[in-house]
Amino acid sequence: MTAAHTSRALSSPVAAGAASGEAAARAVFGRIGNTPLIALDDLTRDLPAVRLLGKAEWYNPGGSVKDRAAASIVGEAQRNGQLAPGKILLDSTSGNTGIAYAMLGAALRFPVTLCVPENVSDERKRILQAYGANIIFTDPAEGSDGAIQIARQLAARHPDLYFYADQYSNDANWRAHYLTTANEIWRQTEGRVTHFVSMLGTTGTFVGTTRRLKELNPRIRCISLQPDSAFHGIEGAKHLPTAIVPPIYDASLADANLEISTESAHAMARRLARQHGLLVGVSAAAAVVGSLQVAENLKKNQPATVVTILCDSGEKYLSERFWEEG
Amino acid sequence: MTEVQIPSPLRQYTGKQSTVTVPGKTVGDALTALVGQHPDLQRHLYNDDGKLRAFVNVYVNDEDMRYLDKEATPLTDGDTISIVPSIAGGKGIV
Repeated sequence: MTAAHTSRALSSPVAAGAASGEAAARAVFGRIGNTPLIALDDLTRDLPAVRLLGKAEWYNPGGSVKDRAAASIVGEAQRNGQLAPGKILLDSTSGNTGIAYAMLGAALRFPVTLCVPENVSDERKRILQAYGANIIFTDPAEGSDGAIQIARQLAARHPDLYFYADQYSNDANWRAHYLTTANEIWRQTEGRVTHFVSMLGTTGTFVGTTRRLKELNPRIRCISLQPDSAFHGIEGAKHLPTAIVPPIYDASLADANLEISTESAHAMARRLARQHGLLVGVSAAAAVVGSLQVAENLKKNQPATVVTILCDSGEKYLSERFWEEG
Repeated sequence: MTEVQIPSPLRQYTGKQSTVTVPGKTVGDALTALVGQHPDLQRHLYNDDGKLRAFVNVYVNDEDMRYLDKEATPLTDGDTISIVPSIAGGKGIV
């Protein structure tokens, strides 16, 4: 097995448009992906045979892993005509995918309408507005599933107005990770990755990366993570037993699934910030908690290279109370 | 009496009710009464130290109780309390 499978940038759309628009499109698409892989060696000091590595996805221009899926969805929809000139991109999102769509919409000059639970942070609302997106706030008590339902209703009512991107059902979501994230991990670890660990939200990251990694080396263990309860504070994550299960999810892929408590994710976010100088978001911290559990459950001195996804930085979560605790 | 709005993931612990009416002169009293009526909510709303979990936000009408008098915030008849998990922070003014 070699590391010959290099990733490629998410392909840019070929839709006709002004030359300046095409240049902007190329520029923004070209900056997505190829994020650094950060060693979290201090966390595994007691496990000398284990390397723990995290993809620093906040290096994407929109600040999160969601740039990959959004770029893939938009690129594909422009190529196949679903996002024709004049159409509005519509989706439900709790934040990061919305930010990615809004950024792409601004750069590629298409309008964006997002259904967002009202309880997302002010920081996020303001970022979306700065990019010029139109926001429809949905009932905070209904969470992300409530936002999905409103987006579905709007899409059904106005099929000519909207391109309903539907990140939960759109195969371009997981394909982004199949084509980029997995190949980057393979290349950056020189084929040494033994475990891949990722939170489940839309499930696109886990599904796409796992499918490709298993092709590259079927022995790579892929572990999915989800919140330990329906009522949780891990942004972007889904408790699948009680949520609308995303149609792109493939339950046959995971070798194991671990449940992560919100409090353990909060504690890890504080620890990474205060002891390692790494300011990550709650779901990134949850992914590190899960990765450490995987590492600690290995046989003694079993060599392993555990790779996880650090979805975004902590900047969008600074108004949360947990930073002040512990 | 105060109406407490229950977020969808917690309705499995309130007999599927989306709102629960409770007595109480303060937010703290009302939440205690809520957990008294539906004891399964305790471990979802509070940590082992008896404090509200860090991601649980409580609003009185549309104000975050953190910026009022917290649990001591007084209630008058007809007030509505909402329990909202922070996906990332509170529901602020846009």
